[in-house]
Amino acid sequence: MGGAEILVRARGLTKRFGDFHAVVGIDFSISRGEAFGFLGPNGAGKSSTMRMIGCVSPPTSGELTILGLNPVTDGPAIRARLGVVPQENTLDLELTVRENLLVYGRYFGLPRAVIRERSAMLLDFVQLSDRAGDQVEPLSGGMKRRLVIARSLINEPDILLLDEPTTGLDPQARHIVWDRLFRLKQRGVTLILTTHYMDEAEQLCDRLVVMDGGRIAAEGSPRALIQRYSTPEVLELRFDPGDHEQAAEKLRGLPAERLEVLADRVLIYITNGDEALAAVRGLGLEPLTSLVRRSTLEDVFLQLTGRHLDD
Amino acid sequence: MTAQATRTAPAAAPGRGGARWSFAVREFRFWLTDYRRTWRGSVISSVLGPLLYLGALGAGLGSLVNRHAGGTLGVSYLTFIAPGMLAATAMQTAFGEALYPVLGSVKWVQNYFAAVASPLRPADVFRGHLLFVVLRLTMNCGVFLALIAAFGATRSPLAIASLPVAVLTGLAFAPALMAWAVTRTRDTSFSVLMRFVMVPLFLFSGTFFPVTRLPGWLQPVAYVSPLWHGVELCRTLSLGTTDLGGAAVHAAYLLALAAAGYAAALRTYARRLHE
Amino acid sequence: MSSGPATLRMPLPGLLGRALAGGRGHGRGGLPLVERNARAYRHLWILLVAGTLEPLFYLLSVRIGLGALVGPVTGPGGRPVGYTEFVAPALLATSSMNGAVYDSTFSVFHKLKYAKVYDAALATPLGPGDVALGEITWALSRGLLYAVTFLLVLAALGLIHSAWLLVAVPASVLIGFAFAGVGMAATTYMRSWKDFDFVILATLPMFLFSTTFYPLSVYPRGLQIVVECTPLYQAVTLLRGFSLGVVGPAMLGSVAYLAVLGLAGVYVASRRIRRLLLK
Repeated sequence: MGGAEILVRARGLTKRFGDFHAVVGIDFSISRGEAFGFLGPNGAGKSSTMRMIGCVSPPTSGELTILGLNPVTDGPAIRARLGVVPQENTLDLELTVRENLLVYGRYFGLPRAVIRERSAMLLDFVQLSDRAGDQVEPLSGGMKRRLVIARSLINEPDILLLDEPTTGLDPQARHIVWDRLFRLKQRGVTLILTTHYMDEAEQLCDRLVVMDGGRIAAEGSPRALIQRYSTPEVLELRFDPGDHEQAAEKLRGLPAERLEVLADRVLIYITNGDEALAAVRGLGLEPLTSLVRRSTLEDVFLQLTGRHLDD
Repeated sequence: MTAQATRTAPAAAPGRGGARWSFAVREFRFWLTDYRRTWRGSVISSVLGPLLYLGALGAGLGSLVNRHAGGTLGVSYLTFIAPGMLAATAMQTAFGEALYPVLGSVKWVQNYFAAVASPLRPADVFRGHLLFVVLRLTMNCGVFLALIAAFGATRSPLAIASLPVAVLTGLAFAPALMAWAVTRTRDTSFSVLMRFVMVPLFLFSGTFFPVTRLPGWLQPVAYVSPLWHGVELCRTLSLGTTDLGGAAVHAAYLLALAAAGYAAALRTYARRLHE
Repeated sequence: MSSGPATLRMPLPGLLGRALAGGRGHGRGGLPLVERNARAYRHLWILLVAGTLEPLFYLLSVRIGLGALVGPVTGPGGRPVGYTEFVAPALLATSSMNGAVYDSTFSVFHKLKYAKVYDAALATPLGPGDVALGEITWALSRGLLYAVTFLLVLAALGLIHSAWLLVAVPASVLIGFAFAGVGMAATTYMRSWKDFDFVILATLPMFLFSTTFYPLSVYPRGLQIVVECTPLYQAVTLLRGFSLGVVGPAMLGSVAYLAVLGLAGVYVASRRIRRLLLK
């Protein structure tokens, strides 16, 4: 991070809805040009945090500064410099693709000529130029998502907020969205995103916080988090359901750093997976399938919370 | 519906005899179940609405009309418009039941597609839904007729026959509207149709004043209006002035429209639900 | 006497500003949302045409048929007037009401709960006050269109007898404002489409009983008071006075009634939108 300008700073940030504690006193800082992620399962408090940063949800307590301004009193001024990709698309189905950008740009008070020029470029950027005059409803899920991204860029924002940018998209559509977001990142746009996909977080985020139950469980770059909270490799084993328990019991004798016994699999956290597999066979166990892979953020999350991201 | 589908034994070959209607009854039951949830709201638009019109125009405006032109109508204004309102209620019920619910069944709720995934065919779906529309017409018109009779706005025991006539008036519209609605993808055209077709029919089909008051060139237009035939028939029955020949012409016209709409709906339902 | 248009124009912006204080975004008020609605209606223009024509159908039916049955009736100030002249301003008032109510209830509810138009708008510098103001301004623009068309038709039918009728245009806009404000406030309390039966339950009896089709004198005194309390009666009285050239200070009361109704509605609506969308 070095001495980069801090764009968002939170200290003891809290959000309560009645008796429900959505966000419980979290601290984080996001610098200009960073891609910062909130990783966590549904209900972890990611979207509530995003809505507070988007100035559409006043914090219950704590301190939040965005672009040096206070979201409670300077909401409109901050929002003028944010781009928002909400969890739900909120596209205007009564307007065409191009009109969605035009109208949205007018919400920012931009002159029509400027919007026209920018929307042509943005539609090109999200590969929707040939659908500019079409209605929105028949577009595929991936196209709609790209249109929302184009819309969020109409005011050339300092910060782009992305709430679950690829949830519900098919793998191909996800990769197109990732590619576009990666290009934005290359251009120096500050990205703040929430996700419950570890691969998305690993692909896009320079730095992230792992959230669980409204709190931050860990913070760092994906690589640093994996290094700190997991082993270099993981051996995944599947046994016949009848032998599962017995096999797991035997495996506890292995010199592994950690062993997770899941309902359908056993995960062995270790430095060298292939050696571990040989050791498993040495114990006289014959798994139905075995897989040696690198540790991921999913393993970090499992280690930190004892649960899966998609739980 | 799928639960009911298992109950009937492998019936006669599709499209033959009694099986035709036993399949339709399953679709009818779906609408009946649905109606148990929503009937309260429909009371406002289908019964209270016409009643308010009757009160405002029959009683309120009637006091002015009776003073000024009582003689030209031959009866009190309330007695004049009550049977007209009965026929108009049938038309409005038809518009209400045959447009949005049909589009909703293919677009929003998609229950038509659930139905044709069972042994039901598009024709059964249409007939079952039409049966429900007939039920709604009978209910709305029945309640309205009972009320105007209670207010003494009917003059003849023949008025009881205006219930089937009103239902028939509704049927001159409903199947045709269903045939068209099932082909739609948006509901914009519905409010256009209601304002460009239903409202003018409501206003110029002899409900509120005799069509003989229309300018000469407009009168033939009124004679084409199914609502005018319904109004005429209901009014003569209510006043006890029906002549058999005239009644037969009116009824035949309404029946012909109902049959044409029915035939059209069988085609458009098949095309939309089995594409 | 000349207080009509002046009272309409003067206090509104200031009071509106106060009613919306804190809910404003970058100071351009609701104009961007009006532009959004205008663009949406470019695809739905036929609905505007239909809405414009509906009161004209009623007017024609009165002109062609019903008028002769009813004959002259007692107009404002006790003067006898032709039945068409009597009903026409009431039909204009009703269509102002219906247009404003449609825009501020069904249409706003759809945008609030399903289309998420306001969620999108609130992610930009616009605030909840801008949203409320935008929807109201749109309802008024539409009301203006209806009113001007209606008056042009009245002129074509030779039914214009007083220059005061021109004042009926801003008066129709005020009527639209009153109903749009109340409608929008009510909409923020609606839970599902079923609650919209109450909208019909409120507007239909008003249309039929607020002296649209016959003078107040038809009712016994007790009922007269009830009718006089309805906003549509106030609206009809106002337009009937202007269209028949019977103008008096009592009309200030109607103007005040409608203005307060609209302002209260906008105030409640923008507070409620804030509570609903800025949780």
